[in-house]
Amino acid sequence: MSTGQGSTGVRGPTRARIEARTLRTDRWWQAPLTTFVVFSAFVVYATVRAFMGTDYYAKPYLSPFYSPCLGDCVEGASDFGQPFGWFPLSAALIILVFPLGFRMTCYYYRKSYYRAFWLSPPACGVAEPHASYTGESRFPLVLQNAHRYFWYAAIVVGLILTFDVVLAFRPMPGEYAIGDGETGGVHMGLGTLLMIVNIVLIWLYTLSCHSCRHAVGGRLRHFSKHPVRYRLWTWVSRLNVHHGRFAWYSLFSVALVDLYVLLLATGTIQDLRFF
Amino acid sequence: MGYELKLRVWRGDQDGGDLGDYAVEVSEGEVVLDALHRLQATQAGDLAIRWNCKAGKCGSCSAEINGRPRLLCMTRLSDFDPAETITVTPMRTFPVIRDLVTDVSFNYEKARELPSFAPPPRDADGKRRMAQVDVERGQEFRKCIECFLCQDVCHVVRDHDDNKPAFAGPRFFLRYAELDMHPLDTHDRRELAQGAAGLGMCNITKCCTEVCPEGIKITDNAIIPMKERVVDRRFDPLVWLGSKIGIRTKDYDGRTEV
Repeated sequence: MSTGQGSTGVRGPTRARIEARTLRTDRWWQAPLTTFVVFSAFVVYATVRAFMGTDYYAKPYLSPFYSPCLGDCVEGASDFGQPFGWFPLSAALIILVFPLGFRMTCYYYRKSYYRAFWLSPPACGVAEPHASYTGESRFPLVLQNAHRYFWYAAIVVGLILTFDVVLAFRPMPGEYAIGDGETGGVHMGLGTLLMIVNIVLIWLYTLSCHSCRHAVGGRLRHFSKHPVRYRLWTWVSRLNVHHGRFAWYSLFSVALVDLYVLLLATGTIQDLRFF
Repeated sequence: MGYELKLRVWRGDQDGGDLGDYAVEVSEGEVVLDALHRLQATQAGDLAIRWNCKAGKCGSCSAEINGRPRLLCMTRLSDFDPAETITVTPMRTFPVIRDLVTDVSFNYEKARELPSFAPPPRDADGKRRMAQVDVERGQEFRKCIECFLCQDVCHVVRDHDDNKPAFAGPRFFLRYAELDMHPLDTHDRRELAQGAAGLGMCNITKCCTEVCPEGIKITDNAIIPMKERVVDRRFDPLVWLGSKIGIRTKDYDGRTEV
């Protein structure tokens, strides 16, 4: 038996004999609890939306959960064809594994969910409840080392979502226009704006990734022999400091864009059209 | 501007011990170590504390204050409400010797297991050369004062004594990273870091970074880069293939795996 709660760990025979699991007096539980609540809410929302298989396209906006729409999607949603048209379930399930895998293996998210969901540890200096611990040295957690492959996929996903933003500027036919209706030229609505904010945050999150930092220059022994990669590394390093912040912001923005599309597609609201 | 500080200090040894309550006169601008010294001078002459420089540079006075690993000499009393009781205990990861003094020899054993810097032969003029930008990279890691607060807070050994033989801890992952990034070092320690040093056990929950009194970004700048380097060595089939067909940079050429 080896545990912070049991006979070894902080209550082990050689340690200073203190019964309390922690002597912290601050609200150390606040951060993991917040993470738990927000991540759980996102997972529930994303799961429901991914399995719905409807209301993910409101011309010209495509929900990021369904992009690229490779299954049996509604008309206009599939910009890259429908190679998985035979897929019987929601089209989101075909592609969500990539952004989901990217976030699940992300160094920042790992820290957050190990703390908030697995309590390993719940906070610094607070004993964890588990009897044994092997960390990421064994299956399945050793697979976290595949993070860079999900990062490669995240770049492709980022490019596709960028393309979606361009499409969100498409000229809109008269029936979508507000008031007298403007049918030609470039269109921009609140949805376009939300998608721009979302893609900026997605790119900030993707490019501030620790695997990105390693790939562009971190892996080098001699910065001096690779000045361009060194310069790139300094840029990514500057972003990397805020990786956790971008992880949160982009999580909210991606859910918000999807929610906006859902509300448009169900006719609950109308797009606020700027021009 | 003095006031009476309420202190709870752990007193005891491996046979047992308890938190004792004390009241100590303190003055404005003092740190927790000052209060403990006054306690030692006026009420508890046999109180054991390890300390040395009183300037946050020797790493001797590591302890836990209100449950958080900190340096006694760098924790200002002004950070606490004067009415608050401050609880001071020894580091809870290491065997206690007496009162606030612990046996940190675990860390020195781990240091011995780490193959030291292995430079190449000198240049013809008897010198070794590094570019300034490469020198600067390791400077952050050189700030480590070996207070072992990161080792103390790391749950891998704090909560699981049985992991101690197989886990070197954040302080030494910092050293592994520093040497692996060193342009002149001729050892490849990546397998060793993952194997004997137990880098894979780290789940990057960042407590080491949170408690570092030198503000070293242990997780982001040392542990995660080291994990990525281990992935290059051990887990990435593309890197393996690239090295076989000669399209990778030759960063590890001239290095011997230890």
